[in-house]
Order: sequence, then structure tokens, then C-alpha cells
Amino acid sequence: MQFVLTVLKSFFTSAFFHAAVMQGIPLLYGAVGEILTEKSGNLNLGIAGIMYMGGIGGLIGAFLYENAAASPIPFVAMMVSILSALLLATLGGLIYAVLTITFRANQNVTGLALTTFGVGFGNFMGGSIMKLTGKTGQITVYLTGKAFKSTFAFAASETVVNNPFLNAICTMFFSYGFLTYFAIAIAVAAGYFLARTRKGLNLRAVGESPATADANNINVSRYKYVAICVGAAIAGLGGLYFVMEYMGGTWQNDAFGDRGWLAIALVIFALWKPVRAIWASILFGGLYVLYTRIPIAGATQEFFKMVPYVVTIIVLGITSFRKRPEDQPPQSLGLAYFREER
Amino acid sequence: MSQNAIELKNISKYFGPVAANHHVSLTVRKGEILSLLGENGSGKTTLMNMLSGIYYPDEGEIYIDGKEAAIRSPRDAFEHGIGMIHQHFKLVDIFTAAENIILGMEGKGRLNLAEASAKIRALCEKYGFKIDPDEKVYNMSVSEKQTVEIIKQLYRGADILILDEPTAVLTPQETERLFEVLRNMRADGKAIIIITHKLNEVLEISDRVAVLRKGEYIGSIETAQATEKSLTDMMVGHKVDLDIERVDPVTPVPRLFVKNLTCVDKYGAKTLDDVSFEVTSGEIFGIAGIAGAGQKSLLEAIAGLETPVSGSIRFIDPRTGKEEELVGKSPKAIRDMGVALSFVPEDRLGMGLVGAMGMTGNMMVRSYRDGKSLFTETKKPRVLSEDIVKQLDVVTPSINTPVRRLSGGNVQKVLVGREIANSPAVLMTAYAVRGLDINTSYTIYNLLGDEKKRGSAVVFVGEDLDVLLALCDRIMVLSSGQVTGIVDARSATKEQIGLMMTQRRKGA
Repeated sequence: MQFVLTVLKSFFTSAFFHAAVMQGIPLLYGAVGEILTEKSGNLNLGIAGIMYMGGIGGLIGAFLYENAAASPIPFVAMMVSILSALLLATLGGLIYAVLTITFRANQNVTGLALTTFGVGFGNFMGGSIMKLTGKTGQITVYLTGKAFKSTFAFAASETVVNNPFLNAICTMFFSYGFLTYFAIAIAVAAGYFLARTRKGLNLRAVGESPATADANNINVSRYKYVAICVGAAIAGLGGLYFVMEYMGGTWQNDAFGDRGWLAIALVIFALWKPVRAIWASILFGGLYVLYTRIPIAGATQEFFKMVPYVVTIIVLGITSFRKRPEDQPPQSLGLAYFREER
Repeated sequence: MSQNAIELKNISKYFGPVAANHHVSLTVRKGEILSLLGENGSGKTTLMNMLSGIYYPDEGEIYIDGKEAAIRSPRDAFEHGIGMIHQHFKLVDIFTAAENIILGMEGKGRLNLAEASAKIRALCEKYGFKIDPDEKVYNMSVSEKQTVEIIKQLYRGADILILDEPTAVLTPQETERLFEVLRNMRADGKAIIIITHKLNEVLEISDRVAVLRKGEYIGSIETAQATEKSLTDMMVGHKVDLDIERVDPVTPVPRLFVKNLTCVDKYGAKTLDDVSFEVTSGEIFGIAGIAGAGQKSLLEAIAGLETPVSGSIRFIDPRTGKEEELVGKSPKAIRDMGVALSFVPEDRLGMGLVGAMGMTGNMMVRSYRDGKSLFTETKKPRVLSEDIVKQLDVVTPSINTPVRRLSGGNVQKVLVGREIANSPAVLMTAYAVRGLDINTSYTIYNLLGDEKKRGSAVVFVGEDLDVLLALCDRIMVLSSGQVTGIVDARSATKEQIGLMMTQRRKGA
């Protein structure tokens, strides 16, 4: 009994919530990117690799800038890093889009290949960029990492730190770098776009029934291309967040792990709704670090590392029972579109 | 302003050497409902597709509102105010009616569904539609979906509406309501074209009737001066004599009894309604009817691919003389008894053949269960393929060439040849000569004739009445899933069958 209480107490703390958010943000970026992609009717399993590409892209950009500039400015370093992350992630999306839309290659195979490529590319560059530039040691962009981590000044002020209540509130909500808030803004914006705009309606039609969209003068290929590339760019920011804010501006092979896959599973859990993905990703982030709060060491702890995946399987099982047509995947998800022969 | 909404002058469209439309001239006035009447394959849909921008005419001119128009795409058609309502609706199921109606339209970035809904309600008010703009399409009946399609065209400002067989999917009450709406639209000055082959509806709704036959424009008459008889005569034309060898059945014995067979589709509508007939050995039993009159359902029920809701299909096995009930048996069991089905669908490869496999592989689709060893028996199918190539003059580089690379006629020969190979007791073929040239068609007719001489009962579902009359011994006519008559093919006339195809059984 005492044990259960201790465990429960450690969950309902601001520190645990903070950790859950830290873990959840990459998932949120990945999930929102994948939702936009899937709404166009393409299942991009390459999102896991694209997140690696975004992460390493941002790292390379920041690294080159920090080395080139005599006295690097943190804000510029951040911007360079974000742009290079977006660039590389979009490139990943573009590869996928060309193969699956223009050449109508199988979406699953293409996505898996892209993931294999992205992970390998990230690890390769992460390990060898120092050597390639004639340096030794581990790649770090301390300055940029610090810039990404910088948060609200008032959260560290003396009044806040000395007041337990204010401190808890600040730990929970005002202790993150800007990419965290940006993630939530993007999720809300994506939700608004899909539900309330003309282009969002058109995009949903493309994913549901491309033939209908085509008959209504909607350029199916263009919508798919844009959705996939923008989706990949958003997912890439998840990789960047991980490298910069979570890791503090350094690379460790495979550290990002299987978060990309969890992001894809999260899409189903969130019923293809970006705003739902916000709390879902924080929940999954919490499950991801659940084991660190269980005061047992060794094999049992390993057991708790399983939780997010077990929950994923259970969730997928339960969601398959949902019958409401609105809760179903886009109807033509995974299918290439061929215009009817005339 | 011209009084003619559309004027077609000498329009022709060719698909290869085949003329789908040959010098068709036609006018549609404003505030008028024109029926476009013709049998299957008479070129009605092709003609309308040229108005809606799906095809571009090879010859001739189109005038809209008195001005010459080039309609190269659906978008052009839309800009000329032409809206076509197809038989297959193009709607997104999880969207509301309003979302579907405004889909793809230009406008402000932010959606204003309330405004769209109000505009739709106003249209409903004006023309008498009954629909809730905020209802999801997946909750709608077929008739409501059709209404959404019509409103969509009106919402976008169409002045000329083309409806492709709009009543095919509707109940009589729904049809009545559709006609009411069409009359309101006519009163509003819209020009409406209905493609149809139901004579009673033509007479009820339209102001004028234009008739096409085999791609040619036969003429237009005012509906007031038309009768079912005069329209049928225009539609089917004079009998064309075909030189098909027909022998009298030799010692016919009953082979198949179908009694009170009723089938429903997935929406619960009857595809077959209380159908009864019998087929004897040594005869070709023709089935005539407009497309979708229940032919497919009937064949599939006999082959065991569809389970009827009621009725019985009894088969007399020529080997044992025993009577067997086919309803409830598996397709394989039925096939093993010697009831073969070759169905040639519109896309030929859709049913029965695997496009990526060669002839041998396709023969094995039927025979892979034969043989006792672990490995499949490949020698027999190979020999059979070679036989079919030789006997039916199949043009193929080799029997291992994937069948989808063969021309349409050759694919059909493979399909029919395989079914005949097992010397079935009942051979059912549907549209066996669909899209074939004359010579190949005769090869198939002769094959069926040989089967008949061999004593098998051949069920032949056909489209061309001349062929049915020349090839078959008896012809059963289906209309909306009901039998409207069984006639002797040697004495029946085309007009007689044409009338039966379009009428409904009395009292139904």
C-alpha cells in the first residue's frame, strides 16, 4: 500500500508533468505532420526517418554556423538551425512524394525505405561531421542548444522559486523552450486549417475520395505534394526539438529511438485530429518516462519501459472497434490515385 | 438571345474504327425537357460526355446559346453552364451535403458553411427539393444523394442539366418526386436532357424525344405525338438478318428449373423478382433486357456466387439423372456438377481471369485442386491452353504471355474456351461478344452452337437483339428483375422484345 502511494505521488507532481511534456513534444510534431500527410490519402511510414533527418539537419546547420561565425549570435544560430532542419525534412518528404505520387510506388515500402535511410543518414552524419570538418570528439552545438532551451525569465525569478505553488505552475507550463509552444500552436493551426478552411476541406476530400476531388476541379497531385512536404517539415521540427532542447545540442546514435513510430500510432489514437494529438502526445510522453518513476531497479524497470508500446497495441485494438464514419481513417489512405481512363 | 440552349451539328465520335456517334444533330430549347432514347450502345452516353467535356468530338460543332463552343474539359462545360449528373455519384461520404456542394469552388479561404446552407435551403425552396444541407452523405438514401448532385449543379449556376438514367436507382415514389423537381426547373427556364430507355417515363416527363440507334440520330418527335409503339420502332429499327447457323434442339430434356427466384442487392432492392423458367438440353436460351435488369444476379445465383432470398434452382444431372437443388451449394460444388459460368464484364479482366498470369496459369485457376501430389498438375492446363490457341485462333506470342497483354477478343476466347473445356452440362455466358469484331463474334457463336449440338444447355445473356433472335432458340426478357415474357426466337420480332424490355409486369 505504502509503495503504491509513493508511486502515485511521484506521478502527480509538476516534475513528472514537465518530463511528460518534454517527451511528448517530438511525438506531437510527428503526429501533426503525419495527420496532414494522411489527410491527403498518403500513409507516410517514412516520418520516423524524416524526424531523424530534421534533427541532424538542424544540428549540421547550427554546427556550421557556430564554426564559421567569429562570435555566433544565438538567435541567428537558432534560425539557421531551424531552416536547415526544415530543408532536410522537406527534402525527405519530397523524395517520398515523388515516388508515391508521380511514380505511384507502394506507399508502405517507400516509407519504410525512407525511414531506414533517414535513421542511417542521421547516425552517419552525427558520427562523422566532426571528422569531415577536420575536428575530433563529439559533435556539440552548445550555444544553439542553450538558445533553444532558453525559456521565460520570470520562471526563474526569486518570487517564483520561493513560492511552491507558483513554482509548480511555472514548471508545468512556463519552463520550456519556444519549440514547445510552437508545437502546440501548429497543432491548433492545423486543426483550424482542416476543419474551417476551404483548402482544408479540399485536402480532406483528396484523402477521402480523390476521384470526387478531381471531378470538382481540385488538383489532387498538388494537394498531396504540398500536404506531404509540409507534413514532413513539421515532423522534422520534432527531430530538431529532440536534438536541441532535449539533448541540449548534441548527437547520440539512435537516441531518438522509436519515437517516430509512436507518433504514427498516435495519429490513430488522436482520430486524425491535430488538437486531440496535443493531450494524447503528453499522455504518451508520460508513459514513455513512466519507468523512471517506479522506485524499483533492474528487470522490473525494463518491464515498465514496455508500457507505451503495450498501450499502443491496446489502443489500436480498441480503435478498430470504433464504428463512427468520422472516426475512420481517410477512405483512400494508402491508395495511389489513377484518373479513370477516358 | 437564342431560344436554343444547345445545338449540336453533325457531331461524330469514333473509337478506333467504331463510330459511337455518326453525324448527330440535335437541339435542346430553353425551358424544355428532352429525352434521349436509345438501346444500350446506341451512343447516348458518348454524346452527352461530349457535352460535359469528357470526350471531344472528332467532327461537328456545338452551339450553346447560339454561340459556338469548344468543350475540352469538365471545367469548360461548367463554364458554359452545363452540369451532368452521372449514374455513379461522386460524393465524399463523411462530408455533409453542403460541404459536398461547395467542394472545390473558389472563394474566401475561410469556410462559411452557414451561408452555403442558407443558399442551399433557398434552392430547395425554389425547386421543391427535400434535403437537409447539414446531413452527412453516409446517412442519405440513393435518392437524397442524387438530389445533392443536382443541387450541386444548380448551386454552381448550371442552366443546362444532363441526367444519365436518373431513375435507374429510384423507387416509383422517388421518381415521381424527381419529376416534380424537373418540372419546376423547366418552368424556371432550364434546359434538361434525360438519358433513359424507360418508355413510360419518356412519355410522362419529356416535351420532346430524340432517338439514337447504333450511333446514328434517328429523329426527334414531340412527346405529345409519340406512343410506346412508335418510340420502340424508332429505337430498335428494322431487323437485320445475321447468318448464324441454327439447328433445332435434338431430343431436349429438362436441365435446369428456376422457380420463384428472388434476390436483393446490398441496399435491399430487388434485383430479381419472382423469376421462374426452365432450360432444356440442346438449346440456347437467350436472356434479353436493358443493362441492370437482373441478368448478373440471375447468373450469379445459379453459379452459387449469390444467395437468393427465396426460390429454388434445381438442376438435373445428365450423368445420374438425379435432381439437385443448387441454392445453398458452394460455387465449387455447383461447378463440379457441370454448371459453368463465363461472365464477360465491361473491363473483361475483372471477372474470371488473372491479368498477370499466362494462359496456363489461368487454366489452373479452375484446375489447381486436381491431382493428388503435393505439386500442382501443370501438364494438362498447358495442353488445354495449346488446344484453345489452335481451335479458337487465339493470337498470342505464347501461352505464357500474361493475358492482359492480349487483345480484348483474344481474352474473351480464352475465357469462353476455358469454360467449354470441361464439357459443362449448363454453360452460361454473359456478353460473350462484347466489344468483339464480326469475325471473332462468329467464332464465339459457332462455339456456342457446337456446345448446343453436344447437348449442353446454353444460357446466353446478350445485348444485341439481332444476335439474340438469330442465335437463340428461346428468349426470356427481363425488366427490372421481373420476367416480362419468354418467346420463341424463331417467330418473335424485335419490336415485341423491345417493348417487353421496357415494360413492367402488370400489377407490379
